[in-house]
Amino acid sequence: MPAALQITAASPDPALLDLPWHIPLEDWPEDLLAALPRGISRHVVRFVRLSGRVIAIKEIGESVAYREYALLRDLDRLDVPSVVPVGVITGRRAPDGEPLDSVLITKHLRFSLPYRALFSRHLAPDMATRLIDALAVLLVRLHLTGFYWGDVSLSNTLFRRDAGEFSAYLVDAETGDMHPQLTRGQREYDLEIARVNIIGELMDLEAGGLLRDVDDTVLVGEMLVQRYNELWAELTEAEEFSSADRWRVSARIQRLNQLGYDVGELQMTTDIDGTTVQIQPKVVDAGHHHRRLMRLTGLDVQENQARRLLNDMDTYRVATDQLGEDEELVAHEWLSEIFEPAIAAIPRNLRRKLEPAEAFHEILEHRWYLAEKAGHDVSTQEAVASYVSSVLPNRPDEEAILGLDTATLRAISDTDTEIGVQR
Amino acid sequence: MASVTFDHATRVYPGSETPAVDALNLEVADGEFLVLVGPSGCGKSTSLRMLAGLEDVNSGRILIGDRDVTDVQPKDRDIAMVFQNYALYPHMSVADNMGFALKIAGTPKAEIRQRVEEAAKILDLSQYLDRKPKALSGGQRQRVAMGRAIVRSPQVFLMDEPLSNLDAKLRVQTRTQIASLQRRLGVTTVYVTHDQTEALTMGDRIAVLKDGLLQQVGTPREMYDTPKNIFVAGFIGSPAMNLGQFKVADGKANLAETHIPLTREVLDSLTAEDNNEITLGFRPESLDTTTEGDVGAFPVTVDLVEELGSDAFVYGQLANKEAAQAITSGAGESQMIVRVDPRRPPLKGDTVWVKIREGEQHHFSPATGLRLPS
Repeated sequence: MPAALQITAASPDPALLDLPWHIPLEDWPEDLLAALPRGISRHVVRFVRLSGRVIAIKEIGESVAYREYALLRDLDRLDVPSVVPVGVITGRRAPDGEPLDSVLITKHLRFSLPYRALFSRHLAPDMATRLIDALAVLLVRLHLTGFYWGDVSLSNTLFRRDAGEFSAYLVDAETGDMHPQLTRGQREYDLEIARVNIIGELMDLEAGGLLRDVDDTVLVGEMLVQRYNELWAELTEAEEFSSADRWRVSARIQRLNQLGYDVGELQMTTDIDGTTVQIQPKVVDAGHHHRRLMRLTGLDVQENQARRLLNDMDTYRVATDQLGEDEELVAHEWLSEIFEPAIAAIPRNLRRKLEPAEAFHEILEHRWYLAEKAGHDVSTQEAVASYVSSVLPNRPDEEAILGLDTATLRAISDTDTEIGVQR
Repeated sequence: MASVTFDHATRVYPGSETPAVDALNLEVADGEFLVLVGPSGCGKSTSLRMLAGLEDVNSGRILIGDRDVTDVQPKDRDIAMVFQNYALYPHMSVADNMGFALKIAGTPKAEIRQRVEEAAKILDLSQYLDRKPKALSGGQRQRVAMGRAIVRSPQVFLMDEPLSNLDAKLRVQTRTQIASLQRRLGVTTVYVTHDQTEALTMGDRIAVLKDGLLQQVGTPREMYDTPKNIFVAGFIGSPAMNLGQFKVADGKANLAETHIPLTREVLDSLTAEDNNEITLGFRPESLDTTTEGDVGAFPVTVDLVEELGSDAFVYGQLANKEAAQAITSGAGESQMIVRVDPRRPPLKGDTVWVKIREGEQHHFSPATGLRLPS
């Protein structure tokens, strides 16, 4: 009964109508599916190619689907790193009239990696620490905007490379809630859920023989709590000092900027005789570097990548003796002289390997190694050539993780399909 | 195990003028299953989250047992939110899936095993403990998830609309399972739902909230038989109670050609504010079909007959068009619901004469909404 099918979407893609909504997701034909790994899910999730991109489809109850759709839209509007919702489809029926669950559709996050894939690929020695750091940053950001997650876990998060580190994206907002401001109880409980979930997920990898370089899973979970608390304190705590130390005001702002946050408001109070000053910052937005780079160049990249690119741009400014020049003009020049040629030098067939900004970050790293080895400066052009010929070809494609080695794929799919997880 | 006490507990959201929960006084006995129910925005979830420590308490106190937990952090309250997350870990055995939180807390191995085995026995999972979740059915997996909360042996279980994501059939099954499990465990449980059927079937007692105010608390039977006010009367019961606005004259409640005698006690409890009116409530099953001349009988035009096999319900209106809008029910404005003999249901468009069975009408003051003594 296709007439009863109802699609709610901000900008519906007509191709959505061609998908077999009358079939339970579990039984969708193989040729439609994109083979992507995913975390542990309570629901059936399928990845499907549609109009040249990949979408994730999740079967859930109607009210929950609409709720999560609205929440994800809110998060998107607030510029919080999260998956972008496409729409909700309700009123599905099998040919025999049996009603089928509603679905929530989200865009697949390009160049993103689920934690299970990351752990089983042995990418870096301190993988766990990096992922935990990224998750702590995400959680602080969500809490600053008043979002209570309710089910923080590695499974409900996707990771994207961010200049050698990772940045975390929220994938599952089903249990979430938006509040004007979170209470301490809400933040602490979210953190406790995160701690227990993360340890559980790592214990699971351990039991499956997939965890490397982590000796104490409990310690990793506790690290999240510690990182979170440190960052939260730096961003929100009041600071008191003698009025002679007024430099500490700008130092605090600088520290917050370095962490990637913009200060919306700084409350400053002095005591009656003016000997001590108290400041309390109100952080408005993460993404300080992201926004600066965007303003200067129009490049839309992640926070650490932006910081890396800005650093290179600042170095370029000094090297070309343009300190007195307008920042915008130098940025434009750097973009056309340095960044774009480097990216253009990557052969087309290797472009799915890494996001351009991440590739540029790796080129800069590579340049540093080359320079160290050679004992003198190496130009960016030389570094690009060497990187493209010796490093990049050995990297797996990450635009959409299809090139996972088959052993890993089997390890994940064998155990997970039964719990509703797609290969 | 412990009792739970809300003592004038109030929550006012920042920037809001009116409290989301207003001076809630409620005692949940040790081992009791209490359901908080009401329409959305009534304060039921806020109340639960205050107990969980997720919402600040602006005034008043919350106690678990004799301990004042008003300012205690959630993880130190010895409570368990059930069903928050039931993703199971594929590489871990069922026993490990149930016991891993204890392992994190540093509980000795032997004790973990013992507590997991006890929980497994209650959940009928004993023979699956060493298997992987993959080998379990959907229902069994859900029980493993419950096992996770059980092994921690918390003082109180909290459940916030745990069934909202399940399809209708599974919802009924799981509803029964949770209720019977709670009784076997005897753990004090506070359960939130917007669904009054769920509340009636599961709770030892039900607390109905509206606009942040506790309307009534009592056993399902009390809520059904003696609703304290018009709101509870209309909210509890499915199909809903019929509620009619009647004029009081000559010791009777009058609406068009219907005249229902009222007792002295009811008449005496009406005040000037009621303006010679009274609200009568009568459940669909409190109506008998009768004939035109009978005292207190009124005619109903049949719009629809819902046949359920064991029951049949007539959805209709008072035949007198002008008076029809004075009677409402959960089925919609100016609708009336009548339970009729399922073997002889009337047809659409028929007019049936019905009469409220003696002693089964509820009286409410139109001015205050409160139940009148009868």
